[in-house]
Amino acid sequence: MNEILEVKNLETNFFGKNEVVKAVREVSFNIYEGETFGLIGESGCGKSVTCRSILRLIRYPGKISGGSIIYKGINLLELSEKEMIGYRGNEIGMIFQEPMTALNPVLTIREQIYEALRDKKLTKSDKEEKAIEFLKIVGIPSGKERLSEYPHQFSGGMRQRAMIAAVLVSKPKLLLADEPTTSLDVTIQDQILKLINRLKREFSMSVLLVTHDLGVVAEMCDRVAVMYAGKIMETAGILALFSEPRHPYTVGLKNSIPYIGSQNEKLHPIEGSPPDLSNPPKGCPFEPRCIYKEKICEEILPELREIKPGHFSRCHFVEKLENEKGIIKL
Amino acid sequence: MSMLNYAFKRIIQIIPILIIVSVLIFFMIRLIPGDPVTIRLGPKATPEMVRILTIKEGLDKPIPVQYIIFIKNLLRFDMGNSIVYHIPILVLLKKRIVVTLFLTLFTLIFSVVISFPLGYLAGIKENKIQDQIIRTGALVALSAPQFWVGLILMILFAVSIHIFPVGGWGDTWLQHLRAIILPAFTQSLMTAALLARNLRNGVVDILKMDYVDFAKSKGLDDKVIKNRHIIRNAMIPYVTLIAMRAAYMLGGSIIIETVFALPGVGALMIESIYGRDYTVIQGVVLIFALVVMTINILTDLTYAYLDPRVRFE
Amino acid sequence: MTIVNKDGLNNKKKIPLFKRNMSINIGLLLVVIMLIPAIFPQFISTHSYTEVSFEDMLQPPSSKHLFGTDNYGRDIFSRVVWSTRIDLTIGVLATIVPFIVGSLLGLIAGYYGKWVDDILMRILDIFMALPFMVIVIAIVAILGPGIRNLYIAIWIVGWKYYTRLVRSEVLIIKNSEFIQAAKILGYSNSRILLRHILPNVLSSSIVFAASDVVMCMLTGASLSFLGLGVQPPIPEWGSIISGGRAFISSAWWITFFPGIALIFLGTGFSLIGDGLSDILRTKGR
Repeated sequence: MNEILEVKNLETNFFGKNEVVKAVREVSFNIYEGETFGLIGESGCGKSVTCRSILRLIRYPGKISGGSIIYKGINLLELSEKEMIGYRGNEIGMIFQEPMTALNPVLTIREQIYEALRDKKLTKSDKEEKAIEFLKIVGIPSGKERLSEYPHQFSGGMRQRAMIAAVLVSKPKLLLADEPTTSLDVTIQDQILKLINRLKREFSMSVLLVTHDLGVVAEMCDRVAVMYAGKIMETAGILALFSEPRHPYTVGLKNSIPYIGSQNEKLHPIEGSPPDLSNPPKGCPFEPRCIYKEKICEEILPELREIKPGHFSRCHFVEKLENEKGIIKL
Repeated sequence: MSMLNYAFKRIIQIIPILIIVSVLIFFMIRLIPGDPVTIRLGPKATPEMVRILTIKEGLDKPIPVQYIIFIKNLLRFDMGNSIVYHIPILVLLKKRIVVTLFLTLFTLIFSVVISFPLGYLAGIKENKIQDQIIRTGALVALSAPQFWVGLILMILFAVSIHIFPVGGWGDTWLQHLRAIILPAFTQSLMTAALLARNLRNGVVDILKMDYVDFAKSKGLDDKVIKNRHIIRNAMIPYVTLIAMRAAYMLGGSIIIETVFALPGVGALMIESIYGRDYTVIQGVVLIFALVVMTINILTDLTYAYLDPRVRFE
Repeated sequence: MTIVNKDGLNNKKKIPLFKRNMSINIGLLLVVIMLIPAIFPQFISTHSYTEVSFEDMLQPPSSKHLFGTDNYGRDIFSRVVWSTRIDLTIGVLATIVPFIVGSLLGLIAGYYGKWVDDILMRILDIFMALPFMVIVIAIVAILGPGIRNLYIAIWIVGWKYYTRLVRSEVLIIKNSEFIQAAKILGYSNSRILLRHILPNVLSSSIVFAASDVVMCMLTGASLSFLGLGVQPPIPEWGSIISGGRAFISSAWWITFFPGIALIFLGTGFSLIGDGLSDILRTKGR
C-alpha cells in the first residue's frame, strides 16, 4: 500500500509572554492511501494542533519548529506559502470541530462554497450547479434556497454538512477531520460519521480522524495513534488496539469507559492530570499517573518501539501489559 | 424582516424619547435664574415693556399651555428669534449648520483615512513593534486636549508657515476647504486613535477565529482572506464606532469651532451662552438632539446591514 | 494546553503582578511623578503663581523662568505646577461619583430586571440623545460657571457608561451556576449582589474608569478654556492655555507647556487603564 502522508518528528510550539508551550513534541505517524487513520487523545494532548500543522495553519503565537510532513513525496514544510496554497483545498482538505465558528457568520453559504471553487473557467451558473449538487450529496436537498442563507439559519447538523460540502467541492485526496462530531448530539453524530464514510468511498479519499472518543475510533478507523502530552504513545491497527492494548494510557482509557454488562457500579477514571507543556517532564509524561511505573520512567523518555508488526508503543515495560485484557477478544 | 421594517420600528421607538427630550429642553430654559423676559429685554427694560412682551410671548399662561405653544411652533419650524441677532433662529441655524456638517464630514474622512491602515497593520502584527508603536501613539493622542492640539497646529502651520489660515471660514469654497483642514485634522486625532484601537482589537480577535483558518484551508490566498473574511467582520464594530463617534464629534465641534473661529453651530452655542441668548441655546440643543438621534438610527441600520445575525430577530 | 499538574511535578513560576505588565508600571510612574507637584507645589515651583512682574512680561523659557512668562509677567512653570492639584482632582473626583452611582444602578437594573430595568434603559436612551459635551456645557450654562457646577454637570451625565457596562456583565453572570447555587442555598438578594456578583462585574468598569479620568480632566480643561469651568484666580491648565491664545504668535510657550502637562498625566492614567485591561483579561483564563 502506498503512503499518502508521512509525518516525521513534527514539532509545534506556542510562544507566550514568559513561556513556550510545546504542544506537539516530535510526533511521527503515517497514513496509507484509502485508509481512515485515527488520532485519539484527551483535550490538550496536541492532536488538533498536529492536524492544523499538516495544513500549515499555525498562526502567531504558534510556530512549526521542526520535523517534516511528506505528502505524496513532497515535504510540505519546505514549500513556499504560494506553493502550499496549491495543496490546500484540492489536495488536502479539513473539516473543523465547530461549524458555527468555522463558517463565516456574515457570508452566505453560497459565498463560502463558491470560494472553494477556484477554477477560473467556471461560470456563475456552473458554480451554482456544482454547489447544489454537493449540498445534495451531503444530504441537504433544496440547495438553491439554502445557498442564499447564512450559517446561523441552519441547524447544527446541517451546518456541519454544509461545511463538508464546502470542503468536498475541491475534491481533496486527504481529508483531515478535526473532531467533526464532538459538538453535535449523538443521533446527528452517527449520521455525519456515516456520511464521511460514504464520501470517503465515493471520492476515494484517505481520512485523518482526530477525536477523543474511543467509540468513534472503533466505528471509523483502520489504524489509530494514541496521543498524550504532545507525544504519540501507541500506534496500532484498530483490532490490535482494542484486543491487545500495549500502553498504560491506552489501557487506562479503555478501562474508564463504562460498558453494558459490567458488574461494577463505580467508574474508573485515570487519576491525576496531564503535565504542564510549558515545562514538559524529561521522562515519560504519563509516569505520574501510571500504575506500572518504576524509577526509570521518571528519568528517561521511552522510545516509540515496534513491538509487533505495525504495532508501536512508547513504554519501558510493555511486557507488564501482556495480561491486560482488551475490550474485544479475538 | 426587511431593512425597511427594521428602520420603521426604530423610528417609532425614537418618538417617545424625542418628546421627553423636548420637554427637558423646554424646562431647561426656564430653570435659568431670573425672569426670562427681563433677561431678554436687558437692563433698560421698563415694567410696561416687560408686561407687553410677557403677554406676547404667552409667558403668563400656565406652563403646560406654554409647552403646547412651544411644540406647535416647533412643528411650524418656528423657534423664535435670536435676542442677539434679531433674526429667526431657524435662519441662523441653517447658515451655521453647513459649517458644522462640513467640519464633521472632513473629520470623519480624516479619522478613517488615518485609523484604517494603522489599525489593520497593528492588528495583523499583534504585539510586534508596529503594534506597540501604533498603540502607544493612539494612547498619547487620546490624552491630548483638542483645543491645545488645534492651537499647536495653528502655531506650526498657520502662524510660522502660512499654509493654512489662522482660523476663520473664508468666503469662497476653496477658502472653506483650506480653512477646514486644520480643524478637521485636529478633531480627527482622538477619533482616529479610538478607531485604530477598535480595528486593531477586532482584527486580532478575528485572526484567532476558526473561519479564517477554514478559509485558509480551502486554499484561499491572503488577499482574499483579508478582504472577504477579515475586513468584512472587522467592519462591524468599526463602523458602529464611527457612527457613535459622529455624535460625540458634534459635541466636540463646540471647542474646535471656538478655537478656529469657525461660524458653526458649536461656536453659536458658546456665543449664545456668553450673550445670554437663551432661545438660541434652546434651538441649538434641539438640533443637536435631532441630529444625534438620526445618527443613532442610521448606526443601527448600518449594523443590521453588516451583521445578518441581527436582522433575523 | 498549559495545565498545572496537580501532583506538583512541575513548578509553575509565580510571576508577581507588578512585573507582568509594562504599561501599568510606566503609567503608575507617570502618575506618581505628577503627584509630587500636586501635593507639594510649594517645593517644586520657582515663583509664586500669582505674582505679576511688568519687567518680565512675555519672556521666552530661560533659566530664570523655566517655561517662560505670560503677559502679566507671571512664571508659567509655577502656574503649571500649581494647576496640577486642581486638574488631577477634577479628573479623579468627576469620575468617582459616576463610577459608584452608575455601577450600583447597573447592578440593580441587571439583577432585578423587569420594570426597574426598563425605566433605567429609557432614561439611558434619553441621555444618549445628546452628545456629552453639549449636555455638560448646557448644564453649566444654566447653573453658571465654576468648579462646583462643573462637577455637577459631569456627574449628571457621567454615570450612564458605568450603568451600561455593569448591567451587561450582570446579565451574563446572573444565570451562571454559582449564582443559582447561592440562591438555592437561601442567601438573601443583597448578600448575593454584594458578595458574589459585585466583585465579578466591576472589571470593565474599572478599566473604563481609568480612561474616564482622562476624559474628565480634558472636559474640565476644555470648559475652563472656554471660561466656563475653573475661574481665576485658581490656576488651571486649560485656563492658562486660553490666556495664551491672544499671544499665540509671540509667546508660544504659554500655550505649549500646560498641554504637555495634560498629556503627561493623561498618558499615565491611560497606560494604567491599558495595563489593567490586560491583567483583568488574562485573569479570567
